[in-house]
Amino acid sequence: MTRTLRLAIAALALSALPVAVLAKDREVSIGLQAAITSMDPHYHNLSPNNSMMLHVFEPLIKRDANQKPVAGLATSWRAVDDLTWEFKLRKNVRFHDGSPFTADDVVFTLKRVPNVPNSPSSFATFTKPIVDVKVVDPHTIVFKTATPHVLLPSDLASVLIVSKGAGEKAATEDYNSGKAAIGTGPYKFAEYVPNQRVVLKANYGYWGGEEPWDKITFKILTNPAARVAALLSGDVQMIETVPTSDIAKLSKDAKFNLVDKVSNRVIYIHMNQSTEKSPPFVTDKSGKPLEKNPFRDARVRKALSMGINRDAIADRIMEKKAVPAAQLLPDFFYGTSKKLKPVKFDPEGAKKLLAEAGYPNGFAITIHGPNNRYINDDKVAQAIAQFYTRIGVDAKVETMPSAVYFTRATKLEFGYMVLGWGTESGEQGSSLRSLLATYNRDKGMGVTNRGRYSNPELDKALSVALLTMDEKKREALIQQAAEIAMNDTALIPIHYEVSTWATAKGFKYEARTDQYTLASGLKPGK
Amino acid sequence: MTEPARVEGPWVRFWRDFSESRLALVGLALLALVVAIAILAPVISPQNPYDLAQLDVMDSKLAPGEASGTGKTYWLGTDDQGRDMLSGIFYGLRISLGVGVASTIFALAIGLVLGLVAAYFGGWVDTLVMRIVDIQLSFPAILIALVLLAVLGQGVDKIVVALVTVQWAYYARTVRSSALVERQKEYIEAARVLALGQARVVFRHLLPNCLPPLIVVATVQVAHAIALEATLSFLGLGLPITEPSLGLLISNGFQYLLSGKYWISFYPGIALLVTIMAINLVADQLRDVLNPRLRK
Amino acid sequence: MLAYAIRRFGQSFIVLVFMSFLVFVGVYAIGNPVELLVNPQADEAERIRATAALGLDKPFLEQYWGFLVGAAKGDLGKSFVFNVPALTLILEKLPATIELAFVAMVLAISLGIPLGLVAGLKPDSFVGRGIMAGSIMGFSLPTFWVGLVLIMIFSVHLGWLPSNGRGETVLVAGIPVSFLTMDGIAHLAMPATNLALFKLSLLIRLTRAGTREAMLQDYVKFARAKGLPQRRVIGVHVLKNILIPIVTVIGLELGSVIAFAIVTESIFAWPGTGKLLIDSINQLDRPVIVAYLLVIVSLFVVINFVVDVLYSLLDPRVRLGGAAAAH
Repeated sequence: MTRTLRLAIAALALSALPVAVLAKDREVSIGLQAAITSMDPHYHNLSPNNSMMLHVFEPLIKRDANQKPVAGLATSWRAVDDLTWEFKLRKNVRFHDGSPFTADDVVFTLKRVPNVPNSPSSFATFTKPIVDVKVVDPHTIVFKTATPHVLLPSDLASVLIVSKGAGEKAATEDYNSGKAAIGTGPYKFAEYVPNQRVVLKANYGYWGGEEPWDKITFKILTNPAARVAALLSGDVQMIETVPTSDIAKLSKDAKFNLVDKVSNRVIYIHMNQSTEKSPPFVTDKSGKPLEKNPFRDARVRKALSMGINRDAIADRIMEKKAVPAAQLLPDFFYGTSKKLKPVKFDPEGAKKLLAEAGYPNGFAITIHGPNNRYINDDKVAQAIAQFYTRIGVDAKVETMPSAVYFTRATKLEFGYMVLGWGTESGEQGSSLRSLLATYNRDKGMGVTNRGRYSNPELDKALSVALLTMDEKKREALIQQAAEIAMNDTALIPIHYEVSTWATAKGFKYEARTDQYTLASGLKPGK
Repeated sequence: MTEPARVEGPWVRFWRDFSESRLALVGLALLALVVAIAILAPVISPQNPYDLAQLDVMDSKLAPGEASGTGKTYWLGTDDQGRDMLSGIFYGLRISLGVGVASTIFALAIGLVLGLVAAYFGGWVDTLVMRIVDIQLSFPAILIALVLLAVLGQGVDKIVVALVTVQWAYYARTVRSSALVERQKEYIEAARVLALGQARVVFRHLLPNCLPPLIVVATVQVAHAIALEATLSFLGLGLPITEPSLGLLISNGFQYLLSGKYWISFYPGIALLVTIMAINLVADQLRDVLNPRLRK
Repeated sequence: MLAYAIRRFGQSFIVLVFMSFLVFVGVYAIGNPVELLVNPQADEAERIRATAALGLDKPFLEQYWGFLVGAAKGDLGKSFVFNVPALTLILEKLPATIELAFVAMVLAISLGIPLGLVAGLKPDSFVGRGIMAGSIMGFSLPTFWVGLVLIMIFSVHLGWLPSNGRGETVLVAGIPVSFLTMDGIAHLAMPATNLALFKLSLLIRLTRAGTREAMLQDYVKFARAKGLPQRRVIGVHVLKNILIPIVTVIGLELGSVIAFAIVTESIFAWPGTGKLLIDSINQLDRPVIVAYLLVIVSLFVVINFVVDVLYSLLDPRVRLGGAAAAH
């Protein structure tokens, strides 16, 4: 471009700027990475929805940027005994239609949650432990559970309270149209176009004080390049999940601010231990099945963990937006053990361990992974394969869209699987239970244990922890369970994803561990 | 520069006609080069880009000409796995060209036969073929590729199957349209009056006269097949990522476009452009030369 | 003619049934939607409930039969993901896509045929060769790559055009269209160009090939010898002769551009059906996929029908219904 042209454009941009800023002072557009499938807060338990709903609706207990519980529509709560919880509700809170918030709305919400027709993923899991509800007065409510349930406050943090008045006869469509989308949150429903955009307006009477924006437009920009282009060209002021490829450039550019935070999502490897002999896609180097399932040998699992250069992945593949992992959650979360450190890259040690386990010449595996689910998932799989050639394990890589991948992974059609797990509750016990407890669907143990790892010692520690009401004791038990599992390399943790947000200059976002993008966290300034 | 006295053989004549266009000769030279690179890729590449043991992620995203930690120089830079772009392009060319040409040939063969048969026989045969074509045209390539991926797994052969499935209907309809017109012409009538075998009428008389528009579509479609493979890769349904084609290299590098690491998709893009340009320059001239009606 | 049309649409009905079955089988083969829809942290009871809520607990054939019964009543099912009737979802997005497709096709046709004619009439001139070489660029590079380069140049560097979405719309006969507002045109420009490029190249090449051929035909030579003006020779004799393959390809391309503008719509976040389709496939939202493809198949049936009618209008020697010629 010629100099004059550049100047002309710059002049044009400058002259247009002040007007634009004034007109849109309290308006902001945000680029989101995934579709919002409904404006019904109880229809689809899905991260992008849950994040969006928090603008309009509120739970009894909220989570702060580090997922620590804080008062929401409840001001305080306590366990009266092992089976009884008492919640004090916030007074002087009004719904968007002006009606007051009372215990009746909570009762109505709890009744509605398990009964949303056609819900592809309901919130019933969170309300099921409650077997009885008693309204003491309009601002005091008591919940009864059948068995001791320590996680009740954590569960209720996922349940958004809807208005009884507006919701009594409403179906999901009425929430989507906005008719029933009446909450207590800082923003009001304005427009919802599936797969395209959500528009919200400020709720000026919000009990939590004034919010920075009059109007927010969330645009669904699923393609990462499109999202970045929208930010660069000024069509949106903030985007979530900045592609790692653009981080270096954006962080150097003074026109943009980049914030990040380690998230609650771990990327890990499940090794299929369900078979006596070779699991699928695991053979010797000539392609013949192995006599024994190598993944059942803790030494092999350890060697495969030592063979991965986590620092290189975090540094080169993830552009430093990943933190090498030692367990299922970063160690500032509840139930994590500070004693666990990421396994060091040690190809020589790995080779020695493999030889000890009876595989001096290694073996051959296929690494399976998704290619549209986690950040750089297919690249991580490829890098691991590269590292394994250094320890004598031949690795092929097959990545596929999640539509195909997860069905096959659940059917245990793979041997070595790249997977991810986000702990929405922010406590490690539930993750250990889902991913590593001995598989038993009926008991709700190991439901996502695609490696079929089984260790009675771990199961015992977990089941004791589940029924312990004392927070301190419980945390110690979970930490102990985590140490048992990780020292046995029950799975191979790779890294924790770091969530990123980029804003235009003049905006500041408070990064969160739960990967949520909340307009309340976006402030003008700097 | 032909010898005036000698009787020209068909090949000599063909070559003389072909070499009339200098542009076509340039195209031919380029095409020869591209094919040579594709065939000789394992010999001339500095690195085997499909052997993971030769890659080092610590060398990833090096700019062209930048020296790596181990002192190696990658003239066209490296991609995000530390793969030498030059070697990647050589090998990728091999796969892309193979996939593009193979799928076009198969699709063309199927489409040609069905299209001719439909036009020639008409009636219920035409109806049946054309309704299958309707279905096929409406079936998105991604869905076909996804089903094949789920059922058969990943691989070059599966991609070819997917591309053929997607493309044959296109040819069938194009052939049929020309054949419908040709069928009514006198020479077909004459051939029929002579009681020549139907197969003979279809393939010896009908086919050659339907070819010109088909060749246009086919040469464009080789390019389209390669681009479609790239698009499938872009959607995560293409070849195994450890064995990238040109298209996969481009779609991998695509995400670095906005960040200034242009070489990861720019150079494979150039390679693709040159390849397709060469194919089309040659094909354009071939079409003119082979077309009986265009001979002066 | 009428009988032909009726017969043709009768056949289409069978096509629709067959198509829906294929999609059912296809989606079934790809994977289980529940795997993608249910929150991974959910327990077994929740998975069972969700499977039943989506009707996926029934045997395959029963699910298909249920669909057919619903379809007979005009109900193609509700989206698994959005809980909205699939057809409603598609029809809401269709105007945006059709608009994009038409603008792209108009661009391609209005530039492609004249350029192709020029190249065909003067094949050895500099202009002719230039057009041909330039047209190769149009289909050599993948759409997604060209799309992003357009965005880089016109949105990021120059700041002239918006990078995503559809502009302001106005209602014309109850249908929202954006090509009548400045904002709408600004939003349309890049995606339409992106989509048009491939078609443009194809049309240039087809027209050129046809023109070259036609110029050497006896009747054109005769017309020229008679001293008819060049304009008339080209406009009537040449064009008419080359239109059949061109109409075929335009028909095919129009269909495919409406159906599968997936990549362009994703890159430019164009709120059309292509984006809906790719998202639905990724989520295995079967009701939407089935309904979508039924709409598309109907579209192709209509387009191909129109094209076949056009054949007979353009060239009286082509008889509709293709009465068997082998006798």
